[in-house]
Amino acid sequence: MVEETDSKFMKIVPPVIVIALLVAAWWVVVAQSGNPIFPTPGQVATGAWALVEDGTLWEHIGSSLFRVGLGFGLAFLVAVPLGIWMGWVSGAFYTLNPLFQMLRPISPIAWIPVAILWFGVTDTAPIFLIFISSVFPMMVQTTMGVRTIDRRYLRAAANFGVSNSVLFRKVVIPAVLPEIIIGMRIGIGVAWLVVVAAEMIALRSGLGYLIMDSRNAGNRYDLVIASMIIIGLIGLMLDGATRQLERLKTVKWRYVR
Amino acid sequence: MSDSKIAVDGVSKNFGALPVVNNVTFDVRDGEFVAIVGPSGCGKSTLLNIIAGFERPDKGSIRIDGVERIGPSRNGIMISQHGSVFPWLTVQENLMFGLSGASTRDKTALAHRYIAMVGLAGFENAYPHELSGGMLKRVELARAFVVKPHILYMDEPFSALDALMSLKMQTELRRILEEERHTVLLITHDVEEAIYLADRILVLSARPTTIQTTFHVDLPHPRKLSSPEAQTLREAILKELGL
Repeated sequence: MVEETDSKFMKIVPPVIVIALLVAAWWVVVAQSGNPIFPTPGQVATGAWALVEDGTLWEHIGSSLFRVGLGFGLAFLVAVPLGIWMGWVSGAFYTLNPLFQMLRPISPIAWIPVAILWFGVTDTAPIFLIFISSVFPMMVQTTMGVRTIDRRYLRAAANFGVSNSVLFRKVVIPAVLPEIIIGMRIGIGVAWLVVVAAEMIALRSGLGYLIMDSRNAGNRYDLVIASMIIIGLIGLMLDGATRQLERLKTVKWRYVR
Repeated sequence: MSDSKIAVDGVSKNFGALPVVNNVTFDVRDGEFVAIVGPSGCGKSTLLNIIAGFERPDKGSIRIDGVERIGPSRNGIMISQHGSVFPWLTVQENLMFGLSGASTRDKTALAHRYIAMVGLAGFENAYPHELSGGMLKRVELARAFVVKPHILYMDEPFSALDALMSLKMQTELRRILEEERHTVLLITHDVEEAIYLADRILVLSARPTTIQTTFHVDLPHPRKLSSPEAQTLREAILKELGL
């Protein structure tokens, strides 16, 4: 019981102290230097509060999350079936893997001009960019997951002479589920990075747009910093939400020990 | 020939240029327990994998009930050293995995009966990572027994367990075999395990492996390894193994 509270205490208090010290240092340095453009933490909080009050902050957060949700969702729907197919059928793997391995290291930022050319300055362009950036990590992870399923499990399934449908539902899919979840964590992380970058290009909404707009509309660096902090916090929450999947009973075996 | 359950006929297997199994021939009667002992790395596991249908021999054939074996079958379940209980299924789901046909209620009842038989009643909904090594082995045994296979192939099934648990599982296996008659082919490097369990012991030579000697164990169960007969047999087998 004592140990439990102890470890919770250790998980929360030290990081909070570090962040508090950092904010304090920031405040002191800005106040000392008298720089008129760079804001103090107080100004950042006030600026952010104004956006909360007039409701625009929620709109920006909403549009960014909507784009990530759609782009990531589509990527998931493509990556998982394709990854399982490539992992299971060697011919598909040897045919398609080189292509995907070549496309994967291309930074999503490099796709921005192409996305604008194809889709114009619409919601589709950032959704496409998120799709492109998160589909490959999820696919690679799923493919590798299938290819590294322990042979003894496949042997056992063959031994019991189960149908292909049972083999996939009860062995292959559950065996790769932990890898799929890892792929999702990587994918959602990249998606969130990319949506902000993509929204900086144009558009009229989103946290990336908010950053560029605040700078252009009279050096509102308080809002720039506020957006950055909000982006960080939401990224943390997205990762935390995906991590919750690791607590599913059927995947716990992969994470214990 | 016709009354043999398993007929291994002139089986040979090479891995590339390396001959591993060399012209092995033997029969196993229905309900017989045959143990195969041999030096490590001699090709015992390869031989068992061929008999169970997981690998093809280069030469020779395997017949089960007079029918040539061409692949694995639910009539002969393999239990290996590292086990293959699915970690993502509960104990009960593992047992029901191999059951086909029948209604869910029948399957559940059957699973519960075998879970109780291996002494795991109360653990139906536990996941494998919540169990100890010995309990996991029991799940694996129960999962094999529940599909009522004619044959059990056991490849050093208890060697990953500690000595005490291994002895316990041997006793347990013997008890279950009194209830359910199975033909068993056991591979082991533990001579005492072979003497305790088997009706007949085949001693294999070093690679490429052939059958070097056969011992018949005509002792009533439950056997005492400290008995003079068992000790004499043990000496003789160890001598064959060059010890």
